[in-house]
Amino acid sequence: MKPPRFTYFDPHTLPEALDLLQAHGTDAKVLAGGQSLVPMLNMRLARPAVLVDVNRLPGLAYIRDAGTYLAIGALTRHRQVEKSPLVAARCPLLSEAIRWVGHVQIRNRGTMGGSIAHADPGAELPAVVAALGGRIVLAGAGGDRREVTPDNFFLGWFMTSLQPGEMVVEVRVPTAPPHSGQAFVELARRSGDFALCGVAAHVELDDAGRVQDARMALIGVGPGPIVPEVAGVLAGERPGAAALAAAADRARAAAEPEDDVHATADYRRHLAGVLARRALEQALARAGGPAAAAGGAGA
Amino acid sequence: MSKRTITVTVNGQTHTADVEPRLLLSDFIRHTLGLTGTHVGCEHGVCGACTVLWHDPEDGPLAVRACLTFAVQADGAELTTVEGLAPDPEHLHPLQQAFMDEHGLQCGFCTPGFLMTLVPFLQEHPDPTDAEIRAGIAGNICRCTGYQNIVKAVRKAAGQMGGGDGA
Repeated sequence: MKPPRFTYFDPHTLPEALDLLQAHGTDAKVLAGGQSLVPMLNMRLARPAVLVDVNRLPGLAYIRDAGTYLAIGALTRHRQVEKSPLVAARCPLLSEAIRWVGHVQIRNRGTMGGSIAHADPGAELPAVVAALGGRIVLAGAGGDRREVTPDNFFLGWFMTSLQPGEMVVEVRVPTAPPHSGQAFVELARRSGDFALCGVAAHVELDDAGRVQDARMALIGVGPGPIVPEVAGVLAGERPGAAALAAAADRARAAAEPEDDVHATADYRRHLAGVLARRALEQALARAGGPAAAAGGAGA
Repeated sequence: MSKRTITVTVNGQTHTADVEPRLLLSDFIRHTLGLTGTHVGCEHGVCGACTVLWHDPEDGPLAVRACLTFAVQADGAELTTVEGLAPDPEHLHPLQQAFMDEHGLQCGFCTPGFLMTLVPFLQEHPDPTDAEIRAGIAGNICRCTGYQNIVKAVRKAAGQMGGGDGA
Protein backbone atom coordinates (compact mmCIF):
# COMPACT_ATOMS: atom_id res chain seq x y z
CA MET A 1 0.00 0.00 0.00
CA LYS A 2 2.87 2.37 -0.73
CA PRO A 3 3.03 4.51 -3.84
CA PRO A 4 5.47 3.68 -6.64
CA ARG A 5 8.32 6.02 -7.56
CA PHE A 6 7.59 9.15 -9.54
CA THR A 7 9.35 12.35 -10.52
CA TYR A 8 7.83 15.25 -8.59
CA PHE A 9 7.44 18.86 -9.62
CA ASP A 10 5.75 21.61 -7.68
CA PRO A 11 5.62 24.60 -10.01
CA HIS A 12 4.83 28.02 -8.59
CA THR A 13 3.19 29.52 -11.68
CA LEU A 14 0.52 28.30 -14.06
CA PRO A 15 2.73 28.72 -17.17
CA GLU A 16 5.38 26.56 -15.47
CA ALA A 17 2.78 23.90 -14.69
CA LEU A 18 1.45 23.88 -18.24
CA ASP A 19 4.99 23.67 -19.67
CA LEU A 20 5.66 20.65 -17.47
CA LEU A 21 2.42 18.99 -18.53
CA GLN A 22 3.23 19.71 -22.16
CA ALA A 23 6.76 18.37 -21.80
CA HIS A 24 5.74 15.13 -20.09
CA GLY A 25 2.48 14.48 -21.93
CA THR A 26 0.77 11.24 -20.96
CA ASP A 27 3.53 10.42 -18.46
CA ALA A 28 2.29 13.18 -16.16
CA LYS A 29 -0.67 13.44 -13.78
CA VAL A 30 -1.79 16.58 -12.01
CA LEU A 31 -1.79 16.33 -8.21
CA ALA A 32 -4.31 18.68 -6.62
CA GLY A 33 -6.20 17.57 -3.48
CA GLY A 34 -4.97 14.02 -3.98
CA GLN A 35 -8.08 12.53 -2.40
CA SER A 36 -8.76 10.36 -5.43
CA LEU A 37 -5.31 10.15 -7.03
CA VAL A 38 -3.23 9.20 -3.99
CA PRO A 39 -5.41 6.20 -3.08
CA MET A 40 -4.85 4.99 -6.64
CA LEU A 41 -1.09 5.41 -6.25
CA ASN A 42 -1.13 3.75 -2.84
CA MET A 43 -2.98 0.76 -4.29
CA ARG A 44 -0.73 0.92 -7.37
CA LEU A 45 -3.74 1.20 -9.65
CA ALA A 46 -1.97 4.17 -11.20
CA ARG A 47 1.75 4.58 -11.77
CA PRO A 48 2.31 8.00 -13.32
CA ALA A 49 5.98 8.61 -14.08
CA VAL A 50 5.56 12.30 -13.25
CA LEU A 51 3.40 14.15 -10.74
CA VAL A 52 2.83 17.86 -11.23
CA ASP A 53 1.70 19.21 -7.87
CA VAL A 54 -0.43 22.28 -8.56
CA ASN A 55 -1.19 23.19 -4.95
CA ARG A 56 1.27 26.08 -4.95
CA LEU A 57 -0.22 27.79 -8.01
CA PRO A 58 -1.60 31.19 -7.01
CA GLY A 59 -4.90 32.63 -8.08
CA LEU A 60 -6.77 29.39 -8.84
CA ALA A 61 -8.94 29.22 -5.72
CA TYR A 62 -11.93 31.53 -6.00
CA ILE A 63 -15.70 31.60 -6.22
CA ARG A 64 -16.92 34.54 -8.34
CA ASP A 65 -20.43 35.61 -9.19
CA ALA A 66 -20.45 36.12 -12.94
CA GLY A 67 -24.20 36.72 -13.14
CA THR A 68 -25.58 33.76 -15.05
CA TYR A 69 -22.96 31.45 -13.56
CA LEU A 70 -20.53 31.05 -10.68
CA ALA A 71 -16.91 30.86 -11.79
CA ILE A 72 -15.11 28.47 -9.47
CA GLY A 73 -11.35 28.17 -9.67
CA ALA A 74 -9.95 24.67 -10.07
CA LEU A 75 -8.04 24.79 -6.77
CA THR A 76 -11.08 25.80 -4.73
CA ARG A 77 -11.35 23.23 -1.94
CA HIS A 78 -14.70 21.50 -1.47
CA ARG A 79 -14.74 22.93 2.03
CA GLN A 80 -14.76 26.46 0.62
CA VAL A 81 -17.71 25.62 -1.64
CA GLU A 82 -19.51 24.04 1.31
CA LYS A 83 -19.03 27.12 3.50
CA SER A 84 -19.76 29.67 0.80
CA PRO A 85 -22.86 31.85 1.34
CA LEU A 86 -22.59 32.87 -2.33
CA VAL A 87 -22.94 29.25 -3.48
CA ALA A 88 -25.79 28.63 -1.03
CA ALA A 89 -27.65 31.64 -2.37
CA ARG A 90 -26.91 31.41 -6.09
CA CYS A 91 -26.59 27.67 -6.71
CA PRO A 92 -28.36 25.68 -3.99
CA LEU A 93 -27.85 22.45 -5.95
CA LEU A 94 -24.09 22.74 -5.64
CA SER A 95 -24.35 23.71 -1.99
CA GLU A 96 -26.44 20.61 -1.29
CA ALA A 97 -24.41 18.23 -3.46
CA ILE A 98 -21.02 19.18 -1.98
CA ARG A 99 -22.10 17.87 1.44
CA TRP A 100 -22.30 14.39 -0.08
CA VAL A 101 -18.69 14.45 -1.28
CA GLY A 102 -16.74 12.06 0.94
CA HIS A 103 -16.12 13.17 4.51
CA VAL A 104 -14.93 16.38 6.11
CA GLN A 105 -11.27 15.35 5.82
CA ILE A 106 -11.71 14.77 2.10
CA ARG A 107 -13.52 18.07 1.62
CA ASN A 108 -10.68 19.90 3.38
CA ARG A 109 -8.25 18.92 0.62
CA GLY A 110 -10.29 17.85 -2.41
CA THR A 111 -10.69 20.44 -5.16
CA MET A 112 -13.34 21.36 -7.72
CA GLY A 113 -10.91 21.00 -10.63
CA GLY A 114 -9.65 17.68 -9.35
CA SER A 115 -13.11 16.20 -8.95
CA ILE A 116 -14.12 17.31 -12.45
CA ALA A 117 -10.89 16.10 -14.06
CA HIS A 118 -11.00 12.75 -12.26
CA ALA A 119 -14.52 12.15 -13.63
CA ASP A 120 -15.47 9.34 -11.28
CA PRO A 121 -18.85 8.01 -12.46
CA GLY A 122 -19.99 8.09 -8.85
CA ALA A 123 -18.93 11.68 -8.22
CA GLU A 124 -21.42 14.37 -7.29
CA LEU A 125 -19.79 17.44 -8.83
CA PRO A 126 -19.73 16.25 -12.45
CA ALA A 127 -23.45 15.51 -12.08
CA VAL A 128 -24.13 19.07 -10.90
CA VAL A 129 -22.24 20.51 -13.86
CA ALA A 130 -24.01 18.11 -16.26
CA ALA A 131 -27.48 18.72 -14.80
CA LEU A 132 -27.15 22.50 -14.98
CA GLY A 133 -25.36 22.62 -18.31
CA GLY A 134 -22.22 24.25 -16.94
CA ARG A 135 -18.83 24.63 -18.60
CA ILE A 136 -15.35 23.38 -17.90
CA VAL A 137 -12.48 25.74 -18.71
CA LEU A 138 -9.19 24.14 -19.71
CA ALA A 139 -5.79 25.77 -20.09
CA GLY A 140 -3.10 24.42 -22.39
CA ALA A 141 0.32 25.22 -23.73
CA GLY A 142 0.94 28.90 -24.18
CA GLY A 143 -1.86 29.68 -21.77
CA ASP A 144 -4.62 29.17 -24.36
CA ARG A 145 -7.98 28.48 -22.80
CA ARG A 146 -10.96 26.58 -24.13
CA GLU A 147 -14.42 25.94 -22.74
CA VAL A 148 -16.00 22.49 -22.96
CA THR A 149 -19.58 21.39 -22.36
CA PRO A 150 -20.17 18.50 -19.92
CA ASP A 151 -21.20 16.03 -22.60
CA ASN A 152 -18.06 16.81 -24.58
CA PHE A 153 -15.90 16.60 -21.46
CA PHE A 154 -17.06 13.50 -19.59
CA LEU A 155 -16.28 10.56 -21.86
CA GLY A 156 -17.06 7.82 -19.36
CA TRP A 157 -15.13 5.70 -16.86
CA PHE A 158 -12.68 8.31 -15.55
CA MET A 159 -11.92 9.56 -19.07
CA THR A 160 -12.27 13.17 -20.14
CA SER A 161 -11.42 15.16 -23.21
CA LEU A 162 -8.44 16.72 -21.43
CA GLN A 163 -5.53 16.58 -23.87
CA PRO A 164 -1.95 15.93 -22.71
CA GLY A 165 -0.55 19.26 -21.62
CA GLU A 166 -3.92 20.62 -20.47
CA MET A 167 -5.42 21.12 -17.05
CA VAL A 168 -8.75 22.30 -15.68
CA VAL A 169 -8.50 25.88 -14.44
CA GLU A 170 -12.11 26.85 -13.83
CA VAL A 171 -15.57 25.32 -13.60
CA ARG A 172 -18.64 27.40 -14.47
CA VAL A 173 -21.83 26.46 -12.71
CA PRO A 174 -25.05 28.19 -13.82
CA THR A 175 -26.84 30.17 -11.15
CA ALA A 176 -30.43 29.38 -10.25
CA PRO A 177 -32.92 31.79 -11.83
CA PRO A 178 -36.00 33.07 -9.97
CA HIS A 179 -38.87 30.58 -9.67
CA SER A 180 -36.49 27.65 -9.81
CA GLY A 181 -35.93 24.82 -7.35
CA GLN A 182 -33.09 22.36 -7.00
CA ALA A 183 -32.42 19.18 -5.04
CA PHE A 184 -29.65 16.62 -4.69
CA VAL A 185 -30.50 13.23 -3.20
CA GLU A 186 -28.22 10.26 -2.79
CA LEU A 187 -28.19 6.80 -1.28
CA ALA A 188 -24.99 5.22 0.02
CA ARG A 189 -24.50 2.33 2.41
CA ARG A 190 -22.51 4.38 4.89
CA SER A 191 -22.21 8.11 5.24
CA GLY A 192 -19.57 9.31 2.81
CA ASP A 193 -19.41 6.10 0.77
CA PHE A 194 -19.61 6.22 -2.99
CA ALA A 195 -23.23 6.60 -4.07
CA LEU A 196 -25.24 3.55 -4.99
CA CYS A 197 -27.28 6.13 -6.85
CA GLY A 198 -27.66 9.90 -6.72
CA VAL A 199 -29.82 12.42 -8.53
CA ALA A 200 -29.35 16.14 -9.17
CA ALA A 201 -32.58 17.87 -10.18
CA HIS A 202 -33.40 21.39 -11.31
CA VAL A 203 -36.83 22.75 -12.24
CA GLU A 204 -37.99 26.15 -13.40
CA LEU A 205 -41.53 27.44 -13.18
CA ASP A 206 -43.17 30.19 -15.18
CA ASP A 207 -45.13 33.04 -13.56
CA ALA A 208 -48.24 30.87 -13.44
CA GLY A 209 -46.45 28.09 -11.57
CA ARG A 210 -46.22 25.70 -14.52
CA VAL A 211 -43.00 23.81 -15.25
CA GLN A 212 -41.02 25.58 -17.90
CA ASP A 213 -37.83 23.53 -17.70
CA ALA A 214 -36.62 20.46 -15.86
CA ARG A 215 -33.12 19.02 -15.86
CA MET A 216 -31.63 16.02 -14.13
CA ALA A 217 -28.42 14.04 -13.84
CA LEU A 218 -27.90 10.60 -12.29
CA ILE A 219 -24.76 9.19 -10.68
CA GLY A 220 -23.74 5.67 -9.81
CA VAL A 221 -25.72 4.17 -12.67
CA GLY A 222 -23.42 4.44 -15.61
CA PRO A 223 -19.98 5.37 -16.91
CA GLY A 224 -20.52 9.05 -16.15
CA PRO A 225 -23.30 11.46 -15.24
CA ILE A 226 -26.43 10.23 -17.01
CA VAL A 227 -28.71 13.00 -18.24
CA PRO A 228 -32.21 11.68 -18.97
CA GLU A 229 -34.57 13.94 -20.88
CA VAL A 230 -37.34 14.78 -18.44
CA ALA A 231 -38.43 18.27 -19.48
CA GLY A 232 -40.85 16.82 -22.02
CA VAL A 233 -42.92 14.84 -19.52
CA LEU A 234 -42.95 17.62 -16.92
CA ALA A 235 -43.54 20.75 -18.99
CA GLY A 236 -46.89 22.44 -18.78
CA GLU A 237 -49.07 22.12 -15.69
CA ARG A 238 -47.79 21.50 -12.21
CA PRO A 239 -46.82 17.86 -12.45
CA GLY A 240 -49.02 15.34 -10.74
CA ALA A 241 -48.37 11.73 -9.90
CA ALA A 242 -48.53 10.57 -13.51
CA ALA A 243 -45.96 13.07 -14.77
CA LEU A 244 -43.58 12.33 -11.89
CA ALA A 245 -43.95 8.61 -12.57
CA ALA A 246 -43.16 9.23 -16.23
CA ALA A 247 -40.06 11.19 -15.25
CA ALA A 248 -38.99 8.33 -12.97
CA ASP A 249 -39.50 5.95 -15.90
CA ARG A 250 -37.24 8.13 -18.04
CA ALA A 251 -34.57 8.03 -15.34
CA ARG A 252 -34.77 4.27 -15.05
CA ALA A 253 -34.64 3.84 -18.81
CA ALA A 254 -31.63 6.12 -19.18
CA ALA A 255 -29.63 4.42 -16.42
CA GLU A 256 -26.92 1.97 -17.52
CA PRO A 257 -25.98 0.32 -14.23
CA GLU A 258 -23.81 -2.75 -13.82
CA ASP A 259 -23.70 -5.43 -11.13
CA ASP A 260 -20.88 -5.01 -8.65
CA VAL A 261 -19.99 -5.98 -5.09
CA HIS A 262 -22.05 -3.12 -3.66
CA ALA A 263 -25.35 -3.60 -5.51
CA THR A 264 -26.98 -5.32 -8.45
CA ALA A 265 -27.76 -3.42 -11.61
CA ASP A 266 -31.46 -4.01 -10.94
CA TYR A 267 -31.24 -2.38 -7.54
CA ARG A 268 -29.36 0.64 -8.86
CA ARG A 269 -31.89 1.02 -11.66
CA HIS A 270 -34.69 0.81 -9.12
CA LEU A 271 -32.98 3.50 -7.05
CA ALA A 272 -32.68 5.73 -10.10
CA GLY A 273 -36.47 5.80 -10.36
CA VAL A 274 -37.08 6.29 -6.64
CA LEU A 275 -34.49 9.03 -6.20
CA ALA A 276 -35.42 10.81 -9.43
CA ARG A 277 -38.94 11.13 -8.17
CA ARG A 278 -37.81 12.25 -4.72
CA ALA A 279 -35.40 14.84 -6.14
CA LEU A 280 -38.04 16.24 -8.48
CA GLU A 281 -40.61 16.49 -5.70
CA GLN A 282 -38.15 18.40 -3.53
CA ALA A 283 -37.06 20.65 -6.37
CA LEU A 284 -40.67 21.42 -7.30
CA ALA A 285 -41.56 22.21 -3.71
CA ARG A 286 -38.61 24.57 -3.44
CA ALA A 287 -39.45 26.23 -6.77
CA GLY A 288 -43.02 26.84 -5.80
CA GLY A 289 -42.30 28.25 -2.39
CA PRO A 290 -44.44 27.73 0.73
CA ALA A 291 -47.75 27.30 -1.10
CA ALA A 292 -46.44 24.48 -3.22
CA ALA A 293 -44.73 22.81 -0.30
CA ALA A 294 -47.96 22.89 1.70
CA GLY A 295 -49.81 21.44 -1.29
CA GLY A 296 -48.20 18.09 -0.54
CA ALA A 297 -45.73 17.62 -3.37
CA GLY A 298 -44.14 15.13 -1.02
CA ALA A 299 -40.98 17.01 -0.06
CA MET B 1 13.97 9.31 -7.26
CA SER B 2 15.93 12.26 -5.94
CA LYS B 3 15.24 13.44 -2.43
CA ARG B 4 13.90 16.81 -1.41
CA THR B 5 14.71 18.76 1.71
CA ILE B 6 11.57 19.72 3.56
CA THR B 7 10.90 21.73 6.69
CA VAL B 8 7.74 20.91 8.62
CA THR B 9 6.57 22.23 11.98
CA VAL B 10 4.79 19.58 14.05
CA ASN B 11 3.34 20.34 17.47
CA GLY B 12 5.32 23.56 17.50
CA GLN B 13 8.66 21.92 16.75
CA THR B 14 10.36 22.46 13.41
CA HIS B 15 12.00 19.53 11.65
CA THR B 16 14.13 19.41 8.52
CA ALA B 17 14.64 16.19 6.60
CA ASP B 18 15.50 14.82 3.17
CA VAL B 19 12.68 12.70 1.83
CA GLU B 20 11.66 10.86 -1.32
CA PRO B 21 8.69 12.60 -2.94
CA ARG B 22 6.62 9.44 -2.64
CA LEU B 23 6.99 9.29 1.15
CA LEU B 24 3.51 9.64 2.61
CA LEU B 25 2.99 12.23 5.32
CA SER B 26 1.72 9.45 7.62
CA ASP B 27 5.01 7.57 7.19
CA PHE B 28 7.05 10.77 7.56
CA ILE B 29 5.33 11.52 10.86
CA ARG B 30 5.68 7.98 12.17
CA HIS B 31 9.09 6.87 10.85
CA THR B 32 11.08 10.01 10.15
CA LEU B 33 9.81 11.99 13.13
CA GLY B 34 9.15 9.05 15.43
CA LEU B 35 5.67 10.30 16.31
CA THR B 36 3.81 7.02 16.27
CA GLY B 37 0.57 8.31 17.77
CA THR B 38 -0.74 8.85 14.23
CA HIS B 39 -1.87 5.44 13.00
CA VAL B 40 -2.14 3.87 9.58
CA GLY B 41 -5.26 1.84 8.85
CA CYS B 42 -6.32 1.69 5.22
CA GLU B 43 -3.93 3.96 3.29
CA HIS B 44 -6.69 4.82 0.87
CA GLY B 45 -8.61 7.50 2.63
CA VAL B 46 -11.59 5.82 4.27
CA CYS B 47 -10.72 4.90 7.87
CA GLY B 48 -9.47 8.17 9.38
CA ALA B 49 -6.84 6.57 11.64
CA CYS B 50 -4.18 8.81 10.11
CA THR B 51 -6.04 12.10 10.64
CA VAL B 52 -3.80 15.04 11.59
CA LEU B 53 -4.41 18.78 11.71
CA TRP B 54 -3.04 21.01 8.98
CA HIS B 55 -3.09 24.66 10.06
CA ASP B 56 -4.43 26.83 7.27
CA PRO B 57 -3.59 30.54 7.62
CA GLU B 58 -7.20 31.50 6.87
CA ASP B 59 -9.31 28.54 7.94
CA GLY B 60 -7.39 27.42 11.02
CA PRO B 61 -6.80 23.75 11.85
CA LEU B 62 -8.13 21.40 9.19
CA ALA B 63 -8.45 17.65 9.64
CA VAL B 64 -6.63 15.91 6.79
CA ARG B 65 -5.80 12.32 5.89
CA ALA B 66 -2.03 12.02 6.28
CA CYS B 67 -2.04 8.84 4.15
CA LEU B 68 -3.28 10.82 1.15
CA THR B 69 -0.67 13.56 1.41
CA PHE B 70 2.97 13.38 0.43
CA ALA B 71 5.45 14.71 2.99
CA VAL B 72 6.91 17.02 0.33
CA GLN B 73 3.52 18.75 0.11
CA ALA B 74 3.83 19.66 3.79
CA ASP B 75 7.05 21.61 3.27
CA GLY B 76 6.51 24.85 5.15
CA ALA B 77 3.30 23.63 6.78
CA GLU B 78 2.30 23.59 10.44
CA LEU B 79 0.75 20.39 11.69
CA THR B 80 -0.61 19.09 14.95
CA THR B 81 -0.68 15.39 15.78
CA VAL B 82 -2.22 13.63 18.76
CA GLU B 83 1.04 14.04 20.67
CA GLY B 84 0.39 17.77 20.58
CA LEU B 85 -3.03 17.66 22.23
CA ALA B 86 -2.27 17.40 25.91
CA PRO B 87 -1.40 20.80 27.36
CA ASP B 88 1.37 19.35 29.53
CA PRO B 89 2.57 15.95 30.78
CA GLU B 90 0.32 16.19 33.84
CA HIS B 91 -2.94 16.94 32.05
CA LEU B 92 -4.99 15.55 29.20
CA HIS B 93 -6.85 17.56 26.58
CA PRO B 94 -10.56 17.66 27.54
CA LEU B 95 -11.35 15.37 24.58
CA GLN B 96 -8.80 12.83 25.75
CA GLN B 97 -10.16 12.99 29.29
CA ALA B 98 -13.73 12.62 28.04
CA PHE B 99 -12.82 9.57 25.91
CA MET B 100 -11.26 8.02 28.98
CA ASP B 101 -14.18 8.89 31.28
CA GLU B 102 -16.87 7.72 28.85
CA HIS B 103 -15.05 4.57 27.67
CA GLY B 104 -14.91 5.97 24.14
CA LEU B 105 -12.06 3.65 23.24
CA GLN B 106 -11.20 -0.04 23.59
CA CYS B 107 -8.14 -0.99 21.57
CA GLY B 108 -7.38 2.68 20.94
CA PHE B 109 -6.21 2.25 17.35
CA CYS B 110 -8.77 4.64 15.88
CA THR B 111 -8.64 7.05 18.80
CA PRO B 112 -5.93 9.50 17.69
CA GLY B 113 -7.72 9.95 14.38
CA PHE B 114 -11.03 10.62 16.15
CA LEU B 115 -9.42 13.12 18.52
CA MET B 116 -7.82 15.10 15.72
CA THR B 117 -11.07 15.14 13.72
CA LEU B 118 -12.95 16.31 16.80
CA VAL B 119 -10.73 19.29 17.64
CA PRO B 120 -11.84 21.43 14.68
CA PHE B 121 -15.30 19.86 14.81
CA LEU B 122 -15.89 21.18 18.32
CA GLN B 123 -14.47 24.56 17.39
CA GLU B 124 -17.06 24.75 14.63
CA HIS B 125 -19.87 23.07 16.58
CA PRO B 126 -19.33 23.92 20.26
CA ASP B 127 -22.78 22.63 21.16
CA PRO B 128 -23.44 19.79 18.76
CA THR B 129 -26.49 17.58 18.54
CA ASP B 130 -25.97 13.83 18.38
CA ALA B 131 -26.80 13.93 14.66
CA GLU B 132 -24.15 16.58 14.10
CA ILE B 133 -21.62 14.54 16.08
CA ARG B 134 -22.32 11.43 14.03
CA ALA B 135 -22.02 13.40 10.79
CA GLY B 136 -18.81 14.99 12.05
CA ILE B 137 -17.15 11.64 12.80
CA ALA B 138 -18.41 9.96 9.63
CA GLY B 139 -14.88 9.97 8.22
CA ASN B 140 -13.50 7.88 11.08
CA ILE B 141 -14.10 4.15 11.52
CA CYS B 142 -14.04 2.33 14.86
CA ARG B 143 -14.15 -1.47 14.90
CA CYS B 144 -14.48 -1.88 18.65
CA THR B 145 -16.92 0.46 20.28
CA GLY B 146 -20.02 0.73 18.14
CA TYR B 147 -19.65 4.53 18.47
CA GLN B 148 -22.16 5.13 21.30
CA ASN B 149 -19.48 5.94 23.87
CA ILE B 150 -17.56 8.01 21.36
CA VAL B 151 -20.66 10.16 20.93
CA LYS B 152 -21.03 10.36 24.73
CA ALA B 153 -17.41 11.39 25.03
CA VAL B 154 -17.89 14.15 22.48
CA ARG B 155 -20.97 15.42 24.32
CA LYS B 156 -19.03 15.46 27.55
CA ALA B 157 -16.05 17.23 26.01
CA ALA B 158 -18.32 19.80 24.37
CA GLY B 159 -19.87 20.53 27.73
CA GLN B 160 -16.50 21.01 29.31
CA MET B 161 -15.04 23.06 26.50
CA GLY B 162 -17.73 25.70 26.84
CA GLY B 163 -20.60 24.31 24.80
CA GLY B 164 -24.10 23.68 26.16
CA ASP B 165 -25.78 20.32 26.55
CA GLY B 166 -26.37 19.87 22.84
CA ALA B 167 -30.13 19.37 23.04
